[in-house]
Amino acid sequence: MTGLDVAFAAVGLVAAASGLLAVTTRHVVHAALWLVVCLGSVAGCYLVLGAEFVALVQVLVYVGAVVVLVLFALMLTRAPIGPHAQIATSRLHRVLAAVLGAGVTAMLAAVLLPLAAPVSRRETDTTELASQLFGTWVWPFELLSLLLLVALVAALAVSRVAGRGAREAGRSAP
Amino acid sequence: MIHLAGPYLLASVLAGLGAYGVLARRNAVLVLIGVELILNAATLLLVSVGASGGDRWAAGNVLTLFVITIAAAEVCVALAVVLAVYRLRGDIDLDRTRS
Repeated sequence: MTGLDVAFAAVGLVAAASGLLAVTTRHVVHAALWLVVCLGSVAGCYLVLGAEFVALVQVLVYVGAVVVLVLFALMLTRAPIGPHAQIATSRLHRVLAAVLGAGVTAMLAAVLLPLAAPVSRRETDTTELASQLFGTWVWPFELLSLLLLVALVAALAVSRVAGRGAREAGRSAP
Repeated sequence: MIHLAGPYLLASVLAGLGAYGVLARRNAVLVLIGVELILNAATLLLVSVGASGGDRWAAGNVLTLFVITIAAAEVCVALAVVLAVYRLRGDIDLDRTRS
């Protein structure tokens, strides 16, 4: 056990515990807030693994943008404040889901853990990452910017079409 | 030195938790939270492979950045769909059959 292992175990335990709370809590808004803790501690894991730029991007994009979007969606769909029984499925359904989730964990661990070995950590500094990103990976990078544009336009189109549909449904209902 | 058993174990646990979240929630936004957990398991694996030095062209880190970007785009479209469903149906309960 080196210092890095201890540091990873600490942030990893926080990540696993908050992830568990994020998928099991009955408070709708608390689930999004536990997701913040989970994604933030995953960013801490990236720092321990020597990927500082990825950790910063994780905090900026995931914790900063994605979770805020999720919170916005919860507010706009009138999420109830306080515990709410309607967000969970029936007990049998949850037991089956837990069995399947445990199965996924066991299968991945059984495949991955035999491959694990102590390695000397290779840090990827931002300079090397930038030269690779804008050298080797520049075309996928440009394609991603196109993907973001398409996602932006698609989100706008979906909400506009749905708004028109809702207005028409409201007009024909009475 | 760092032992890769920790990252691998955390990635499998996060994937399992995400699968549980996708299957056991009825609120569509909470299903998305499970999807985010699964994506984070995948990126954690990519970063730990990058930390072991077994990749060329810094692929572990660069692909993690790509996955984060694609996840942002996916969440954007998915939440637009969720809001559209809410405006049409009045709730986002995935178990409720269409009346």
